[in-house]
Amino acid sequence: MQIDARGVHYRDLNRMLKEAAAAGEKEFVLDNVNGQRYIGTGVNLPVNIVINGVPGNDLAAFMDGPAVTVCANAQDGVANTMNAGTVVVHGSAGDVLGYGMRGGKLYIRNNVGYRVGIHMKEYKRQVPVIIAGGTAGDFFGEYMAGGVLILLGLERRQGEPLTGDYLGTGMHGGVIYLRGPVEPYKLGKEVAVLELDDGDEKILGKYLKEYCDCFGLDYQAVREEPFVKLLPVSSRPYGRLYVY
Amino acid sequence: MSSLIPAEFLVRIDYERCRRCKRCVLNCGFGTLSFEDRVVADHKKCAACHRCAAFCPEGAITIEKNRLQFKDNSFWLPEYRKNIMRQAESGGMLLTGMGNDKPYFSYFDHMLLDACQVTNPSIDPLREPMELRTYLGSKPEALDFEQSPDGAIKLTTQMAPQVRIETPIVFGGMSYGAISLNAHRSLARAAYESGILMNTGEGGLHKDLYPYSSNIIVQCASGRFGVDSAYLNQAAVVEIKIGQGAKPGIGGHLPGEKVNQEVSETRMIPVGTDALSPAPHHDIYSIEDLSQLIYALKEATGYTKPVSVKIAAVHNVAAISSGIARAGADIIYLDGLRGGTGASPTIIRDHIGIPIEMAIAAVDDRLRREGIRNRVSVIAAGGIRHSGDVAKAIALGADAVALGTAALIALGCRVCQKCYTGNCSWGIATQRPELVRRLDPDEGAERLNNLIRGWSLELKEILGALGVNAVESLRGSRERLRGVGLSEVDLEILGIKPAGR
Repeated sequence: MQIDARGVHYRDLNRMLKEAAAAGEKEFVLDNVNGQRYIGTGVNLPVNIVINGVPGNDLAAFMDGPAVTVCANAQDGVANTMNAGTVVVHGSAGDVLGYGMRGGKLYIRNNVGYRVGIHMKEYKRQVPVIIAGGTAGDFFGEYMAGGVLILLGLERRQGEPLTGDYLGTGMHGGVIYLRGPVEPYKLGKEVAVLELDDGDEKILGKYLKEYCDCFGLDYQAVREEPFVKLLPVSSRPYGRLYVY
Repeated sequence: MSSLIPAEFLVRIDYERCRRCKRCVLNCGFGTLSFEDRVVADHKKCAACHRCAAFCPEGAITIEKNRLQFKDNSFWLPEYRKNIMRQAESGGMLLTGMGNDKPYFSYFDHMLLDACQVTNPSIDPLREPMELRTYLGSKPEALDFEQSPDGAIKLTTQMAPQVRIETPIVFGGMSYGAISLNAHRSLARAAYESGILMNTGEGGLHKDLYPYSSNIIVQCASGRFGVDSAYLNQAAVVEIKIGQGAKPGIGGHLPGEKVNQEVSETRMIPVGTDALSPAPHHDIYSIEDLSQLIYALKEATGYTKPVSVKIAAVHNVAAISSGIARAGADIIYLDGLRGGTGASPTIIRDHIGIPIEMAIAAVDDRLRREGIRNRVSVIAAGGIRHSGDVAKAIALGADAVALGTAALIALGCRVCQKCYTGNCSWGIATQRPELVRRLDPDEGAERLNNLIRGWSLELKEILGALGVNAVESLRGSRERLRGVGLSEVDLEILGIKPAGR
């Protein structure tokens, strides 16, 4: 189903999506999208949504199932509290991506903003994954409680930092992989930098190959640069604050 | 470091009466009592929760305040001296449970309701219909009707979703994790049977409670625990929790010890991990951002449910509420200075926020002045102790009130303020299975239903005395309130006259 979204209010656009998906439509192409919010929210069916244009904030918020492809940049709040599904962005995306995300995948080709992967969490077999191909702003992986966060820093200019400051601040679960070294002053006090082990190779191999396929990248070339791993020092960073 | 702080309470056992059945030892959740050829007490552990005394078949136990006298000092109260000693021993923040217990001025206790005498008749609610039913949700500015050729009149105004409650009372947000599953079951069942609402708090909704979803408010808080599409749609109302009266502006923290298998499944986090709720929602830094989340939730629930925004009553509560109403919320839930909690730093609980009476008056005024009062229902909470408080809150401008502490007291809570320890002997604020079992959800629901029934009957009596036959007629009717012993400024903020005028 092809929808021309030019000038269509998000509420009407999303209603069209939900109604058609409920009626059995599986493939959606949305043309001329320009800032419409909440695309994919409330659909809860395994449909494919291709977005031509720049979707608005909270793309795939609370999403449970669909596969969304954005053929441009995305804005803030992508995959907010998302439960299942995939979002692939062929460009950059803004701040607070994957807030409280509990499952599914968010693959971004280029740069991401502040507070990406904040308070991501995993539960049983639901492990959310965010991979960004470029650089990230401050507070990457803040409060992270579970899931996998990968930052590649591909095609960086000379001297351009991979991440901002306060990396993994308040992190108490999950794992962050960075392609390239990290300066200790950028780390939140709740994380430690470690070398990869065999388990990490498996995780990286699984998700990164998929990511590279998505964007036509050469997996081996991406792996040439060594990765480091960030883990929380404690699963109880705030365990000794109170008088009982 | 061994503690030199004297015990707060002394457990007195009358050994003449005691028949050594050890029931008290088994009943104490705090490990205060043990048996060494007779029952002995480790007084320092006693929380005065009364469980032992209530279950002693001989009435042989009494709990006294430790009268060990500190040198009198009306400034350095014993409480402050003991707290400093505790912090010197541990280096931590003082933690507490329940609501603010400090002797701040109570405006409820300085307002009195009117009644009819001679010139306008009062109504006897035992004989005449008395309407307590309340609809929560955004109301339109005007109603449009259309008359068809056959004469039938049809409402053409598109109404926002409304939730019907049979009495203007709901239960306040208390999470599974902070309180037990049996407490949640009691609240859900009672809400269903009494035709009111219970509120999940931010800990998710246990699958056992799905049958009661028509009477449940589900919360979406900063930690987003247990929040998925199924959860949001198993509810009558979706609530964004920004803050709570017991801890305005700070986050929550459920320690890993309380995250057992069932709590883990409901919150959707691994067993034994700390559940941290950040202080802010990281997708809300402005009213515009709040609006974004409100509409995200409306999109996720197909615009079928009212969205509530819960905030603590703080200094600028009126301006904030105006923003919330304009952001598209259907309900504003105000939680005042006395609002309770399962755990809060004492210093926050006792020193931040404003009384709910002032907040209701200020918010209602502001929304009326701006002509947007109809856009939201206002639920007031934080220190509603009896139906008189309910009537006064409604007269000040609230649509309904929420009960947290009062509901827990109905379930057996003795307000010992040790919820944060997880040792609640009454099976309420605990996850220890042997303690949780003590709270029978059937009996709990019955107690709550009784409380709601009792207060509703009293509300009808109050309305009858006021000469009105619907709670709608009392709502925001401040002319029916008078202040006693209040300053001119207080009276002006509350919008009421002094008694005698």
